[in-house]
Amino acid sequence: MNERTSRLRRESLDAVPSLTPERALLVTAFHREHIGRHPVPVMRALAFLHVCRHKEVWIGEGELVVGERGPRPKAVPTFPELTCHSAEDLRILDSRPLTSYRIPPGMIEAYEREVIPWWTGRSLRDQIFEALPPEWHAAYGAGVFTEFMEQRAPGHTVLDGKIYGKGLRDFQADIQASLRALDYALDPEAVDKRAQLEAMHIACDALILLAERHAEEAERQAAAHPDPARRAELGTIARVCRRVPAHAPRDFQEALQYYWFCHLAVITELNGWDAFSPGHLDQHLLPFYREGLAEGTLTEAGARELLECFFVKFNNHTAPPKVGVTAAESGTYTDFANLNLAGLLPDGSDGSNELTHLLLDIIDDMHLLQPSSNVQVSRKTPDAVVRHALKVIRSGWGFPSLFNADAVVEEQLRQGKTLEDARAGGCSGCVEVGAFGKEAYILTGYFNLSKMLELALHDGLDPRTGIQLGPRTGAPGELRDFEAVMAAFEAQTRHFLDIKIRGNQVIERLYATRMPAPFLSVLTDDCILRGRDYNAGGARYNNTFIQAVGIGSVTDALAALKAEVLDKGRDLPAFMATLDADFRDQETLRLRLVSKAPKYGNDDPAADDIMVRVFRFLFGAIDGRPNGKGGAYRLEMLPTTCHVYFGSVCLASADGRRAGEPLSEGISPVQGADRRGPTAVLRSAAKMDHVKTGGTLLNMKFTPSLLAGEEGIDRLHHLVRTYFRLDGHHVQFNVVTADRLREAQREPEKHRDLIVRVAGYSDYFCDLGPELQEEIIRRTEHEAF
Amino acid sequence: MNSGARGRILNIQRYSLHDGPGLRTTVFLKGCPLDCAWCHNPESQDPAPELVRNEARCVDCGSCLEPAAAGDAPGAAEACPTGARSLLGRDLTVAEVVEEVLRDRPFFDQSGGGATLSGGEPLLQAAFAAELLGALRAQGVHTALDTCGLAPWEDLARAAREADLVLYDLKHMDDAAHQRWTGAGNGPILANLEALARIHRRIWIRIPLVPGINDGEANLEATARFLSGLPAVERLHLLPYHATGAPKFARLGRPLPAEDLRPPSSGEVERAAAIFQSHGIAAGVNP
Repeated sequence: MNERTSRLRRESLDAVPSLTPERALLVTAFHREHIGRHPVPVMRALAFLHVCRHKEVWIGEGELVVGERGPRPKAVPTFPELTCHSAEDLRILDSRPLTSYRIPPGMIEAYEREVIPWWTGRSLRDQIFEALPPEWHAAYGAGVFTEFMEQRAPGHTVLDGKIYGKGLRDFQADIQASLRALDYALDPEAVDKRAQLEAMHIACDALILLAERHAEEAERQAAAHPDPARRAELGTIARVCRRVPAHAPRDFQEALQYYWFCHLAVITELNGWDAFSPGHLDQHLLPFYREGLAEGTLTEAGARELLECFFVKFNNHTAPPKVGVTAAESGTYTDFANLNLAGLLPDGSDGSNELTHLLLDIIDDMHLLQPSSNVQVSRKTPDAVVRHALKVIRSGWGFPSLFNADAVVEEQLRQGKTLEDARAGGCSGCVEVGAFGKEAYILTGYFNLSKMLELALHDGLDPRTGIQLGPRTGAPGELRDFEAVMAAFEAQTRHFLDIKIRGNQVIERLYATRMPAPFLSVLTDDCILRGRDYNAGGARYNNTFIQAVGIGSVTDALAALKAEVLDKGRDLPAFMATLDADFRDQETLRLRLVSKAPKYGNDDPAADDIMVRVFRFLFGAIDGRPNGKGGAYRLEMLPTTCHVYFGSVCLASADGRRAGEPLSEGISPVQGADRRGPTAVLRSAAKMDHVKTGGTLLNMKFTPSLLAGEEGIDRLHHLVRTYFRLDGHHVQFNVVTADRLREAQREPEKHRDLIVRVAGYSDYFCDLGPELQEEIIRRTEHEAF
Repeated sequence: MNSGARGRILNIQRYSLHDGPGLRTTVFLKGCPLDCAWCHNPESQDPAPELVRNEARCVDCGSCLEPAAAGDAPGAAEACPTGARSLLGRDLTVAEVVEEVLRDRPFFDQSGGGATLSGGEPLLQAAFAAELLGALRAQGVHTALDTCGLAPWEDLARAAREADLVLYDLKHMDDAAHQRWTGAGNGPILANLEALARIHRRIWIRIPLVPGINDGEANLEATARFLSGLPAVERLHLLPYHATGAPKFARLGRPLPAEDLRPPSSGEVERAAAIFQSHGIAAGVNP
């Protein structure tokens, strides 16, 4: 970093996340005045235009890439049309100890006066909750599943390379062509499509206007600025903002600024999960980089400085605040923007280049919470790229994470995508696979596997509340053998998957009809061609994912039930009484279950075969079921932080886990259960057929001494390459000592910059809740090997 | 080929990083003819199965007391809920060990690793060791034999022929010192190494570096002179003494054989390496 970028980085780190009522007030005022005057998509686009016309424009001192969603860095707008925070919500956000948001003076009053009265009963969240049946609410309340879209919009999407050769005026020409092609006589949807296409056109105008306003602000600042060098920079910024996004970018800075305006538009229009991401940044920027160097208009240092300014913009954009259960499942400031590096080109050749290395250096140097980063490792990826990534990982920032690019392609081919689209795709958010720029791949919520077993062992009764939550699948006395237990587990799971999917169809239709995303639709093939919205099946590919949580925990519990109870002829009802009493006076039994029952993660068939069986069952129960957008439901295995919440709603389990303790995360073994070293963990994990998923998450923790020197990098490299040879999807490493984590717990103020890999993303250790901190410390340290 | 004979196995350690090239699985055989004062694996010395107790894991539940008092070692280990009580030494067939080793074959293939037979002293179970090495090699697994060299020559030769690499330990060039610190003289060990060097092309020498015992200049010079006459010696590794063996003696209920051992400083390790370098022998250091 140079002086400028290290100052911008510092300012970004020091900025305190706050909320701003700006967007809420603008959107509310617009809706009050215009309600009922326009079709829904046009209404949404005009509201977006209204925000772009009136929001405060911020250009920070020394910035080279400009644009903030709020009136200043880390000032986060709210989206009352989706979720309208109550005054109480706002007070809690302001005062809660972790991931709090400062509430500016007057915001609560303005909310009570303007925002809450208008949106109560009208917000999508209110409508969703009203439309969902009682059994959905009961399951949701009991912690059986979560629902992503109850307070944030569908997102999880990533841009491809389309903006680097085309300005928004060009997209508008495509929109006009689609409008002209509408056949009002033969196509009964033509009127709807016209509204959708007009909305897309307006959304392009809105962003061009916002860019113009940034050009004006840059000129205003330049006129008054004492420093001639800064005046020149501001002049360049003004020129860039007049060029993009209206027209195709001509150089490196314009390319970055163009993406950034698109990013702002997507996250201002709606608050979609995982914000937005530029995809294969190294591949997309390469022509501008090489051309700039060849023409002498760009230097490596100059490119680096621009990229560092670009990174700061991501870090300035704190996630919109969540509330309730959703805050518990994803309690973090990070908004999950995730850069893809290396990987493949659409023609199948190696996609890494000199910018891959430059970006890895920047990631190491800046180690910001956002953007997160990953390296797509294919068979063709040079060892030098992987080793460079591993050296950054060894620094202990918790990123980049590593993906198997060949498996990512294969997973997408299985879903029916073209080879080129699959290769141009990659991963976003935590580990989710998608065809960049061409797919709506929606995560619909986490699903609690351990709760399914708990219900199966209690004849459908939730032992925590005494409510008959699920179907009666047999009292413990009737479950004679392991097959009977599995049958009950599968019956409970099917029952609640049905409830989840039925509810999800309702939610997807509400988004399709009431909450279109016209700007995101401009950027996503084939929305313009089809005249359909991203949220209504306009994308070329449409997958909806259910994320199963706790495969390690449920496997260990089933394996322990089989080995220590059923196969030994022990009395299941008596054993269940022990579990329900949280092993009271039965500590010896609990210890035996912990240390002697078979555990997933040790390459032990007694446990791993059960894992494979549960996985195959889940896949069969979910994959291919139709969603509301012409696509299908798919299975993913990732937790964010939901394994902590899901554990908190489960009583003690047969693997010796106490009531309320976290479940295992992703496809990682139960914390501390893997005792045969990293190769055994990888072998166990690879027994799952990753290619059938939309992403799996494996977390491993190493202490620095194991990775020292070139030899340490060699070993890690071998582990990664072998896991990927076995079709593993993703692996990420935490490189940190337990001592250091304890230190950070004792003196958090001294370790605020300590970033750890949580589960598919990295976060500041000191911002995590105490349970999660403990869990990260407990996760097996492979120091002993 | 497969006799169905069983070997007494202490442990099968996957992701082994210092027992040959690449990522390896090391099969530790139980029983050793030496009794080195610095042994970091004292539980590998006795050929008989041993019931041990790991203090840190014990919760004083008393579950093991009755079977242990009755002399039922397997019963005591089984009764222990936490694994604090365990029985060291499992009797496995060649086929069983091969199956376990092959689990990490993809890691061997990727890293140029394989399997290493270690101990204890594998040649105390010479027939089993040779058969196991042969069976692994027949599967295409790179094999290494880690030996202290104290064994009948025929046993060493037979096993070494099935090993792609021999890791050979040298402790002391002085016979009396060797006798004092390991419980046996070095005559057969040095003779075996010279003979081995005539029939095997890939030998790595491993020297535990124990301050005050074998790190004197005279001993290291003598070692270097001896090795420089053996062209089959491909590499040399210094293994700085570390104290991880000490608590294991306690777990076995045995007194520490030498109280005042200490790890060498990095300067001492460098000085030792420099002596070998001056004889044209590159010395690596295993952490």
